[in-house]
Amino acid sequence: MDPQTIIARRIARELRDGMLVNLGIGIPTLVANYVPAGMHVFFQSENGLIGTGPVPEQGMAMRWLTDAGGKPVTALPGASAFDSAMSFALIRGGHLDLTVLGGLQVDQQGHLANWMVPGKMVPGMGGAMDLVTGAKRVIVAMQHTAKGRPKIVRECSLPLTSTRPVDLIVTELAVIAFPEARATLVETAEGVSVEEVRAATEAELVLPQPNAA
Amino acid sequence: MRMIALDEAVASIPDGATLMVGGFMGVGTPEPLMDELVRQGRRELTIVANDTASPGVGIGKLVTAKALRRVVASHIGLNPETQKQMMEDGLQVELVPQGTLVERIRAGGCGLGGVLTPTGIGTVVENGKRKIEVEGREYLLETALQADFALVQAFLCDYLGNLTYALTGRNFNPLIAMAARTVMVCAEHVVLVGVIAPDHVVTPAPLVDYVIARC
Repeated sequence: MDPQTIIARRIARELRDGMLVNLGIGIPTLVANYVPAGMHVFFQSENGLIGTGPVPEQGMAMRWLTDAGGKPVTALPGASAFDSAMSFALIRGGHLDLTVLGGLQVDQQGHLANWMVPGKMVPGMGGAMDLVTGAKRVIVAMQHTAKGRPKIVRECSLPLTSTRPVDLIVTELAVIAFPEARATLVETAEGVSVEEVRAATEAELVLPQPNAA
Repeated sequence: MRMIALDEAVASIPDGATLMVGGFMGVGTPEPLMDELVRQGRRELTIVANDTASPGVGIGKLVTAKALRRVVASHIGLNPETQKQMMEDGLQVELVPQGTLVERIRAGGCGLGGVLTPTGIGTVVENGKRKIEVEGREYLLETALQADFALVQAFLCDYLGNLTYALTGRNFNPLIAMAARTVMVCAEHVVLVGVIAPDHVVTPAPLVDYVIARC
């Protein structure tokens, strides 16, 4: 299984029936492919839609129905459309149960940097700062390293997205949570050892306590 | 409201004007107004919009034509030309979190001086801004935005100027229609008064100054 699929499938296990969920561009988008059968989840696109459905079949794209990347999507029965003020009121106002975003770096207290690389890439934060600040739960979907360099670091060298710590990081190697603001290894992916995860992580990792209640 | 020809509408927009433009990655952007601004060679414009789309799409056409002096947006990442002009040609770009941008526009249209938001606290976004504590939580004071013109894309427009929008083409359009001195609307369909039920009107007619039909 490729890293993206491993990550998306694992994050799908965090979904619950009836949740309002926002998926970012990239790996997060793939999570929608693995919603457990029989579960109903409301997916929000921050450009103004709840009830975002799969990519339309060939020739069925509609110019007024797009995701936050501007790509054609469909709307499921029961969908609703609204303006950007409403969309971000949902996000900032604590109405969004879960957001899944990509990441460039996360530090050992859970602070995320995902919107710019000074001097190289200045795309802008788009909705990321509001999503991390306002969502009830924040999951970062990213590969564990970039070109061999750890992305889970002691301290972010890149500009932060928010001072609100994320709740969970899911990579192709591991799941890491942040109880008491400390990066804690929750599980390793199938066939991956704790040592492999530690070697690919710069942040100090609290290891699981098998005997803890 | 007055129906107006496209070229006449754009002729009333001077060089150096501040324009709010609807759209999200070009979806819900009044493309004919973008094309006509380029054709008439408008210069030194300030654009307030969610993003600068991509080259050849929506606001991206104004970027490529070097019609802009300043951009206030949440995202420019899908238009390399915007980034290039920012780095090399002195195009001023103010990046604003999307939820903050839309609230600043909303405030501008609602008679408010600004809004208090937790978004951006502890990041580079807070630089130079006032922080205000309310009941133990810190907020940034983000000031209101207004413009000379709002360039709006509607789906239905009746003969009085009542507007509705289509799906994700709505985005910033109803907000900017409140926040500019002159509101110009490209309407996909112009319909009889009454076709849009009162409960379904999103932008009420008195807010609309000019309508360019079937575009």
